[in-house]
Amino acid sequence: MSDIIRRDPRAEWIARNRLHPLHAEMAAPAAETRGPSGLIRKNPHAVGFIGPNGIKRIDRSGGSGAAVGIRRGARSAQQVELPLHTVENPDYYVVAVLDMVGGRLTSHDKDVLGQAHKLIRGGDGSGAVLAVVFGEHKEEAFDKAGVDRLLHLTGSEFDGYCPEQKVACLAEVEKQYQPRYWLFPDSINGGNELGCRLAARLGERPATQAWQVDRDTSVCRGGGGLSDITRDTPRLLLLAEECADPIDETRHQVLALELDRKPRIINRLQDCGQVAVDPNSVSLAEAEFILSAGNGIHDWDQFHQAAEALGATEGASRVAVDDGFMPRFRQVGATGTWVTARVYVAVGISGAVQHMQGIGQCDKVVAINTDAGCDMVKRADLSIIGDSQKVLAQLIELARDYREGGAENAA
Amino acid sequence: MANAEHLKIVALVSVGQHPKSGRARRAEQDARAVELGLNLCGEKVQVLHAGDVAEESLRSYAGMGLKQLRVLQQAAGADASVALGDYLSEHLPDIVLTGVRAESGESSGMTPYLLAEKLGWPLVTRIADIARIENGEAEILQALPRGQRRAIRVRLPFVASVDNAAAAPRQSAYGPGRRAELENLPWVETADEVRAAFEEAPARKRPKRLKMVKAKTAAERFKAATAKSQGGGGRVIKDQPPHEQAQAIFDLLLEEGVLR
Repeated sequence: MSDIIRRDPRAEWIARNRLHPLHAEMAAPAAETRGPSGLIRKNPHAVGFIGPNGIKRIDRSGGSGAAVGIRRGARSAQQVELPLHTVENPDYYVVAVLDMVGGRLTSHDKDVLGQAHKLIRGGDGSGAVLAVVFGEHKEEAFDKAGVDRLLHLTGSEFDGYCPEQKVACLAEVEKQYQPRYWLFPDSINGGNELGCRLAARLGERPATQAWQVDRDTSVCRGGGGLSDITRDTPRLLLLAEECADPIDETRHQVLALELDRKPRIINRLQDCGQVAVDPNSVSLAEAEFILSAGNGIHDWDQFHQAAEALGATEGASRVAVDDGFMPRFRQVGATGTWVTARVYVAVGISGAVQHMQGIGQCDKVVAINTDAGCDMVKRADLSIIGDSQKVLAQLIELARDYREGGAENAA
Repeated sequence: MANAEHLKIVALVSVGQHPKSGRARRAEQDARAVELGLNLCGEKVQVLHAGDVAEESLRSYAGMGLKQLRVLQQAAGADASVALGDYLSEHLPDIVLTGVRAESGESSGMTPYLLAEKLGWPLVTRIADIARIENGEAEILQALPRGQRRAIRVRLPFVASVDNAAAAPRQSAYGPGRRAELENLPWVETADEVRAAFEEAPARKRPKRLKMVKAKTAAERFKAATAKSQGGGGRVIKDQPPHEQAQAIFDLLLEEGVLR
C-alpha cells in the first residue's frame, strides 16, 4: 500500500448529503479528517461515543469503541515482536557464567548479562555474549535476557557439587574461545566460588563486588563494604547485584555452541549430599520453602503435621499470630518477616496488603483458599479453591507416600 | 573430632574492621576459623598473620586462649598471599583454615583460592564445621544459602574457608591476650604493584534501582502507578476433588525441587 493520502470525492459528497442512504456509514469516522490542504482537521462533535446510559463518553486511551479489537491485536503483536539482535561471526566473546538457581535465570544473572552487553556496546568490532550453563535447566527466556551464544554443559559429571570439574571446563573455554571478559555473579549461589577458582587457575586478578563497570575503570566494594576501590577493569569480573540494567528491549539469538574437548577430572571433593536440616531451625527470612497459615486454618495439629511431612518452614499471617496459634517470630509480612522463599504455600490466607508486601520476593506462590476472589489468589501462580483441611490431608498422604517410595527406591 | 590432636592445623588471621565505627578488631570469620582450630586440636593450633606485629587487635585473637601467635613481618603495601604461600609450602600443615573474606583492604576473598592453587591442595569453601577426621580423610559440613548444609569428604591436606555459619568464636580475654607471645618472623616481601594503582575512597551509597515504567500514554502511566498488581496467568483449580487439587500442588513442589 502506498502512503499517499488520496481524497475520495464520492465519499465526501455522501458525507455532505444527509439524505443519502449511505450517509450514516460514511460520516461515522469523521473525528479526524484531512482538510483540502492536507492538514488534519479534528471534529470535536464526532469524538467519543454514546454510553449505555445515554451520556457521551470520550475514551482517549482507545480502550473502547469499534477500533478496540484491531488495536489490541496490534499491540499484543508488538509485544511479541521485540527486535532481534544478531551477531554474525563475532570478533570476540564476553563470557557470562550463570548461577541458574533452581534451573532458572536469577535477577543477578540477568544483571550480569546486561553488564556483558554494556561492555560490548559502542566498542570496536562485534562481540557476542556467551552464556555458560552447567547441568539441566528450566529456562525458556534466554533470548529475552540477552544470550547471543549458549554453551550448555550437561552430563552426570555436573550433578551435585563439582566446582573442580566446572573450573576445568571453564579453563577449556578459555583455551577455545579466548574471551575478552569473564563475568561472574558475585553471589553465594556458586558464582563467587567459580569465579575465584578460575581467577586463581588463570592467574588473573579479579575485581570482586564490582558495581560500576565500563571498559576502562570499574568501581568495587572493598574493605568489608566500607570503601570503594576504583581500578582498571580487569579481564575477570565478579559483579555485585544490580551492577547494570537487564536486557529488556531486544531478543537475542541463543545459538548453541559446543566445547571441543570436555575434560573429565577426578573430584578431590567428594559430595556426600545435603544434610537434613530441621526446617524450623532455618530463619524465616532465608527459608526456601514456607508453608504459611492464616485465619482459614481450623485444625492446627494437621497444619504442623503437613509442614513436617513436606519439610517446610512454618509461617503465619498476622491474624494467626494475634490469636495465639503461632509465635510472633513466625509472622510473615510488613510487620513480621520479609521472606524470600522460592515456594510459598499460603493456606487460608486472603492476602492483606501488608502480607503481600512480605512475600513480594517469593518466586512461586500457591494459595489454598475458599474464596476465589481474594488478593492471594490473584497473586498466586497456582490457586486451589476448596476446603484447606481436605487438601492438606491429601498432601500429607502424598508426601508420606513419596518419602516411603523414595526410601524403597534407595534400598 | 577426638583424634585430631596430632594434626598440624594453621589458622590464618587478618585485622578486622568494625562495620560501623571502622575500628580495628578481630575479624568475625577469622575468629571463627581460630575457634574451629581450637576445638579440633586445642592450644596446638598455629595462628598465623602476615603484617605488622605491633597491631593491637592481634592480641584479641591471642586472648582466645593461645600461648603464642606467629607474625610474618610484612609492610603495608606487600602481597600477603605470596608470603603466606611460601610459609605454608615450607611448613606443610595438614589443614589451613581462613575466613571467607577479609574485613579490610581489597577484601576480595582470593587468599584461600590462591593458597590452594599454589599448594596444589583441594579447597573447601564456606565450611560450617569439621565433623570428624579419620584415616587421613575429613568429613566437612559446608554452609549453603538458605541455612542448608552439605556434607563433603576430602583427603588431608586441604585448605578451608570458614563461613559465618560456623560456631561463634569464644570471648577474648584481655589479660592472657596481653601475656601471649607474638613471635615476629622477618619474611621476604613482595610488593603488590596492581594494588598500588588502586584508588580507595569511602564507600558511596549505591543508587537504588527505580522501577522503570515504559508507558507510551498518560493513561498507561496512570494505570501503572495506581493499579494493584494483577496475578497474570495464575492457574486456578476449582470444583475438583481434593486429591486432584493436592496432586497439582504436589507436582509443583516436585518440579521446583523443594521436597527432600
